[in-house]
Amino acid sequence: MLAVATCGLIYELIAGTLASYLLGDSVTQFSLVIGVYLSALGVGAWFSQYLHQGLARTFIEVELALALVGGLSAPLLFVSFAFVQWFQLVLFGSVFVIGTLVGLELPLLMRILKEHLDFSDLVSRVLTFDYIGALLASLLFPILLVPYLGLMRTSLVFGVMNALVGLWGTYLLRPLLTNRGLSGLRGRAFLVVGVLVIGIIKADALTTWTEEIILGKSVVHARQTRFQRILVTNDRRGFQLYLNGHLQFNSTDEYRYHEALVHPVMLAAQQPKRILVLGGGDGLAVREILKHDSVETVTLVDIDPGMTEIATQFPLLRELNEQSLTHEKVTVVNTDAFVWVGKQHEPFDAVVIDFPDPGSYSVGKLYTTFFYRRLRQIMKPDALVSIQCTSPLVAGQSYWCILRTMEESGFHVRPYCTSVPTFGVWGFALAGLRAGIDVPPDLTRIEQELSYLNEEMISSLFELPRDIYPVETEVNQLNNQVLVRYYDEEWRGKD
Amino acid sequence: MAKTETLNRRQLLTALLGCQVAGSVGCSTLRLPPAGELQHTRFDIGHLVRDGVAAELDFSAHEQVGVTIVGGGIAGLAAAWRLKRAGFDDFVLAELESKPGGTARGGSRNGVRFPWGAHYVPVPMAENESLIQLLTEMRVIESVADDGSPVVAEEFLCREPEERVYSDGSWHEGLYPGHGASEEDLKQLNAFRMEMDRWADMRDASGRRMFAIPMAMGSDDEVVRQLDQMSMKDWMNDQGWDSPRLHWLVDYSCRDDYGLPPERVSAWAGVFYFAARIVRSGMGSQEVITWPEGNGRIVNYLHDSVQENVRTGVGVFAVAGSQEAGPCRVAALDAKTGKQVGFRSEQVLFAAPQMMAKHVIEGFSESGRDVSGFQYGSWLVANVHVQDRPVDEGFPMAWDNVIRESRSLGYVTATHQLGVDHGPTVLTWYYPFADVEATITRKQMLQLGWADWAEVVLADLRLAHPGIDDLVSRIDIMCWGHAMIQPSPGFVWGPERRAAAEPLGAVHFAGTDLSGVALLEEAFFHGVRAAEEILAVRGIVDRPVDLTRKD
Repeated sequence: MLAVATCGLIYELIAGTLASYLLGDSVTQFSLVIGVYLSALGVGAWFSQYLHQGLARTFIEVELALALVGGLSAPLLFVSFAFVQWFQLVLFGSVFVIGTLVGLELPLLMRILKEHLDFSDLVSRVLTFDYIGALLASLLFPILLVPYLGLMRTSLVFGVMNALVGLWGTYLLRPLLTNRGLSGLRGRAFLVVGVLVIGIIKADALTTWTEEIILGKSVVHARQTRFQRILVTNDRRGFQLYLNGHLQFNSTDEYRYHEALVHPVMLAAQQPKRILVLGGGDGLAVREILKHDSVETVTLVDIDPGMTEIATQFPLLRELNEQSLTHEKVTVVNTDAFVWVGKQHEPFDAVVIDFPDPGSYSVGKLYTTFFYRRLRQIMKPDALVSIQCTSPLVAGQSYWCILRTMEESGFHVRPYCTSVPTFGVWGFALAGLRAGIDVPPDLTRIEQELSYLNEEMISSLFELPRDIYPVETEVNQLNNQVLVRYYDEEWRGKD
Repeated sequence: MAKTETLNRRQLLTALLGCQVAGSVGCSTLRLPPAGELQHTRFDIGHLVRDGVAAELDFSAHEQVGVTIVGGGIAGLAAAWRLKRAGFDDFVLAELESKPGGTARGGSRNGVRFPWGAHYVPVPMAENESLIQLLTEMRVIESVADDGSPVVAEEFLCREPEERVYSDGSWHEGLYPGHGASEEDLKQLNAFRMEMDRWADMRDASGRRMFAIPMAMGSDDEVVRQLDQMSMKDWMNDQGWDSPRLHWLVDYSCRDDYGLPPERVSAWAGVFYFAARIVRSGMGSQEVITWPEGNGRIVNYLHDSVQENVRTGVGVFAVAGSQEAGPCRVAALDAKTGKQVGFRSEQVLFAAPQMMAKHVIEGFSESGRDVSGFQYGSWLVANVHVQDRPVDEGFPMAWDNVIRESRSLGYVTATHQLGVDHGPTVLTWYYPFADVEATITRKQMLQLGWADWAEVVLADLRLAHPGIDDLVSRIDIMCWGHAMIQPSPGFVWGPERRAAAEPLGAVHFAGTDLSGVALLEEAFFHGVRAAEEILAVRGIVDRPVDLTRKD
């Protein structure tokens, strides 16, 4: 009885969670799933009036059907997300079927039991179990089931439980069942249990298979924000963050990228106090910045509150960025940097730009002369800026376009690059308003905290190999956005 | 509503949007946004003047002022600005509406600015000196290159992506629907472009461009005047161009700039649209300057510079004594108080549409002038407030967003130029009554309410954004009864238009209709020209005053 009640809610929670994971926007997904589920309960209850004969048998059949549909719901949803366009139809369809079956359960059970109990006792017992079962489910689900079993297995395990209830029912309700077809019923129950057990054994393989289809890696966290789709995946070596399907970092080698992005500008700016970070909502650049004692304040501007939320709340990432975004020196501002820079007055000592690559016009505007000129307005005369500027090896035109654009905006620019295994050769630039930018290779204060840079490396970052020598490009302006076109041409098919 | 008097919704939608669209919405339940209002120009007062039922003239309590400017659209404001720049301050500008600017006006709500009409200006070429002067004062033009061409500040040049078109179920970059175009389509498009380049390069015997902005600086050679004798449609056919996509592009362009389909547009105007914006072959069209509030930015700048001389809500209904010795007597109605006001002026600068002139200026018809050829088209402009951007198939939201299968002109995104790509915005939707005037009269249009128009706007937007209803929080609608002069064949180079710009006694004329095409540049040119005529008559030696705001 308790098991029956628990199973019902578990299926609903699985559907809600899966929908939030895969589609994002958990409030909407949960609300829709609960609504569809509850209304389907009503449909099931309504249907129950048309069932007159063989109530016990019907009840067992319903249990078995529920075991099969509910138990397989998570695998079904995962697979359909990977393969079909109309995922929502599958989602709400399965929630509706489960709800209808669960809705049939209680009325049937009450009618079966009404011969054995008086009415008030019956209503009291059935509803008590139902509600307590719901509590049990809602506690088990987040505390034990999802962390230890995962969604896929939880779904299958509860399917088995459902099927066992059905099987047990064939014995318990034996007096109410006719002999005809009894063995067939039991046989079906065993079959369902068998299918689900195979599912449990193969759950990992199935998960891996579907996720590999989706990404080639397993998804640890996914959410769709107003601005982008954020995906965290992992494999045996580490975990990865994707924005709109573009890899942002891999935990195994991100330190190379972030040390190269941050420390040259911090050294060259000579004990900078007020630091501005544009983009970089993962908090990894800020982690590097905080290694410098001179820093008094860090202002991080990232458009997406969803991103900075993950950086502060998602355990894997929070650990990786050493909780940088909740550090007392750090202020997080969630707004479009393009608009934000135009409204600031207090100038900064150093700026780190860690925007996504210029793959769209709405990001491309952040690489224009207009934006860089606005940025100049909020930099002190001696201030310096470092910027990530895609791969000069893959996208030379794009790389040199960014530098050329900064020069056109009045910056003196020094190109540099390093190698990040996940990305390949990666390009950066160090720029300032005065000529002769010097990076003193003095790491004495922070040496202990570095995993990549040493003093010899600092100067070698700025030595460009032949294959990434400058090329002629146009200047990227708001009204031409040539960079987005270069980028699109150079990266097409290579990402 | 009696059917004989007004159209029912279905008829209205069919007339405006075509059967296909009307059929798809006509039977659905009417669902309107939570808020909005319908605005009209002050046609009530305008029609009083037309019907000659204005109050009896009383010229007793008149203010003495050197010059009265009638009308505060771009032409009137430009004239005021020009007078002020010459150091002449003894003038008033009377504008019927509560806000100046006419069809160049902009608006704002909840911190978002948006246009109510004209919303861009192509970068002027070197010869358009007065406009370059204005834009330099406004700090829109940063400097002038050695060849005289202006250098415009980056933030005012339309940000990429500039245009997209919705065609075959998704959005594509650019205005020409190139998706799925055949080789022949592209061949004709190329031929069309080369023809426009040819016109751009051509010079007449006096060395003038064939097509220039303002058009008065272009040629009046027989070659261009002949174009005015036929429709754009016929001219296209004469060239042997039959590509449906090319015809669509030209149709869109004609409706966009003139509010008329190509069969009713003079081929001169049709070619002018393209060729006047090309400096020389191979350079493409001039980039465009735009602001979130559209040309409302220019209106506000001009208004700020002459604010103390502007009287809004004052509708001039009579100008008497312009052909006699002594000052002209200008009678007007103060729309706020309902009282008559008036001015005595040595000169009047008439910067209202020509259709008003014969009703307002005493002795106008008697002088032998005929302005019956001046016909004006109506427009509907809607500002659609959305809580978020629609999720689209294909190319992302641009500044100008055009729906190929619609008779509207699509919409511009008000926050585009600010670089705001997410969250709430305002979509300014344009609809010229290009080909419906035969089925719906202006009178019928005036009887339609906000709900009728809101449904038209939404039905059109749903073509490209099926889920738009969920995002719309408000629709404000402006009905422009006489929005644009119509360059029908024969009008631009006909005698009436050219005669209309000549002064009549002490009355000097300005307005874009004097050019035969509705463009900010033309209105500005005529305003400046008429002001200079008056300066000359008054013997004022130009002492240019720097009006640049010191901020």
